[in-house]
Amino acid sequence: MSGALQDWKSQKKPFAAVVTAPVFWLALFFVAPMAIVWLYSFGQNAGPADIEISGTLDNYKRATEWLYVSIFLKSFAVAGLTTLLCLIIGFPVAMAITFAAPKWRPWLLLGIMLPFWTNLLIRTYALMALMGTNGYMNKGLAGLWEGASWLRTLVGMQPLDAWTPVQLLYNNFAVVLGLVYVHLPFMVLPLYSALDRLDKSLIEASLDLGAGHLKTFMQIVVPLAAPGIVAGVMITLIPALGAYLTPDLMGGTDSQMIANVIERQFKRANDWPFGAALSFLLIYAMFILIAFQSMRSNKVKAA
Amino acid sequence: MFNRTPIAPLEYTRKLWMRSWVGLTMLFLYAPLIILMIFSFNDSKRNVVWKGFTLKYYEKALNNDSLVEALVNSLTIAALATIVSLVIGALAAVALWRFRFPFKGLVEGTMSLPIIVPEICLGVAFLIFFAKVDWPTDLAWPLNLSAITIAHITFCFPFVAMVVRARLASFNKEEEEAAKDLGATEWQAFRDVLLPHIRPALVAGALLAFTLSLDDFVITFFTSGPDTITFPVKVYSMVRFSVTPEVNAASTILILLTVILTFIALKLQGVKGIAETH
Repeated sequence: MSGALQDWKSQKKPFAAVVTAPVFWLALFFVAPMAIVWLYSFGQNAGPADIEISGTLDNYKRATEWLYVSIFLKSFAVAGLTTLLCLIIGFPVAMAITFAAPKWRPWLLLGIMLPFWTNLLIRTYALMALMGTNGYMNKGLAGLWEGASWLRTLVGMQPLDAWTPVQLLYNNFAVVLGLVYVHLPFMVLPLYSALDRLDKSLIEASLDLGAGHLKTFMQIVVPLAAPGIVAGVMITLIPALGAYLTPDLMGGTDSQMIANVIERQFKRANDWPFGAALSFLLIYAMFILIAFQSMRSNKVKAA
Repeated sequence: MFNRTPIAPLEYTRKLWMRSWVGLTMLFLYAPLIILMIFSFNDSKRNVVWKGFTLKYYEKALNNDSLVEALVNSLTIAALATIVSLVIGALAAVALWRFRFPFKGLVEGTMSLPIIVPEICLGVAFLIFFAKVDWPTDLAWPLNLSAITIAHITFCFPFVAMVVRARLASFNKEEEEAAKDLGATEWQAFRDVLLPHIRPALVAGALLAFTLSLDDFVITFFTSGPDTITFPVKVYSMVRFSVTPEVNAASTILILLTVILTFIALKLQGVKGIAETH
């Protein structure tokens, strides 16, 4: 279809009619705000409500302090672990949807998508209610604990001490669980669309020729679904890396991720230039991730 | 479901472990939401023990003026942002699909950025921007929501453009040419030929923009002032400082709203169509 593109000069009026509004909007309400943040990242506080853009690199220098580097590394680790868990949980689900009977498939897809459409804050809050010291997860654990205690009395041992509710919230475990909960649909949908396009006769051929299910999976399904896996990983990793709400509500004092540190510069710490520098470092990290991905997909295309 | 034919090699979905896996995943996704919804009817301040059915928290939530105001604000912003995003997004899609022009790659790349840039960075950018240009904050309703609405349009319209552009790829340009050969003006051809073709994408894009706007917390958190609280920002402060059953009731209302919207989308589009928009 690209051959049918019209040159803008041949149809100046219709071109102007369609292009003006989007370009104007982008320039004024996206490029301009981002440019101001970028400029601020080279500035310093010069009074209570005044920021002087002095071209200083101090903000970036401060970002290389171990405190901030460690938070960046930690954010990557948490986002990476979240992505890995989503992949492990999501792949069988995507497989199940792909190979489900046609009448079931749309409903399974809908089942994955409905939480995706539900408000993020409500979902986080619902999970928090479940995980609180009075929540059902603690009740379930208490039941297991009492069961174990009863088993001990059966074999003649002392019963365990009474169950004390454990704090499941406000730690790193809660943050990872919360992020997995929120991002799982992001992973399943691209995996499904890749698996759906896969030629199923290849799997049959592999099974017919004597390979087991596991071998077929590792050597046929995974390589063929690679573009979907990469897409799912990117689509999960990028928002997880910039997550603000989950670590803020479900994390403890040591589960701060980079977005929480940025927020603090703009609210409590009131150091806008430093916050601006951290924002741009996060954006650069995203760009590097995306560059890696496109390099990979170019390699695949070339091969 | 329980027929006794032997399981064929590719019927992975009929294997027990696979079914349990899917079942457990669905349980993981839905149990928190369903428990939240059930306990919004519970006649007890503490959330765990069922004490009997009541609607009093719905009454309380609906009598909580600031909560209702926040919900009205959210719906107003979502509606305005959807309308503007739909227009700008559709125009952008048509421009990129139809024309060759200088710096096209730059425009296309920049337009995908609001999707990629982390929400927190976009929120910060709007906070600084509106402070820098001294955006008036003391306007009458609904003009006082303009800053939040502008921010929402910026991150919604690229999604609309993406959905519409995917639909345009299947448009047969000869139809438009035929219309013009038969004497239609540029505008008539657009209105009577192109627009009907992209209508399903416009519906999908509108629903996507509406939910994205209604869902947004982080960007709104940075652009909202004391008089312009949206529903997620309000729920956030309620969750932060004191968990009340009112939040359960209000959340249930919003969940049901989402489910209804999704089913409307389903009726209009079919499940497959919605799957493709993501």
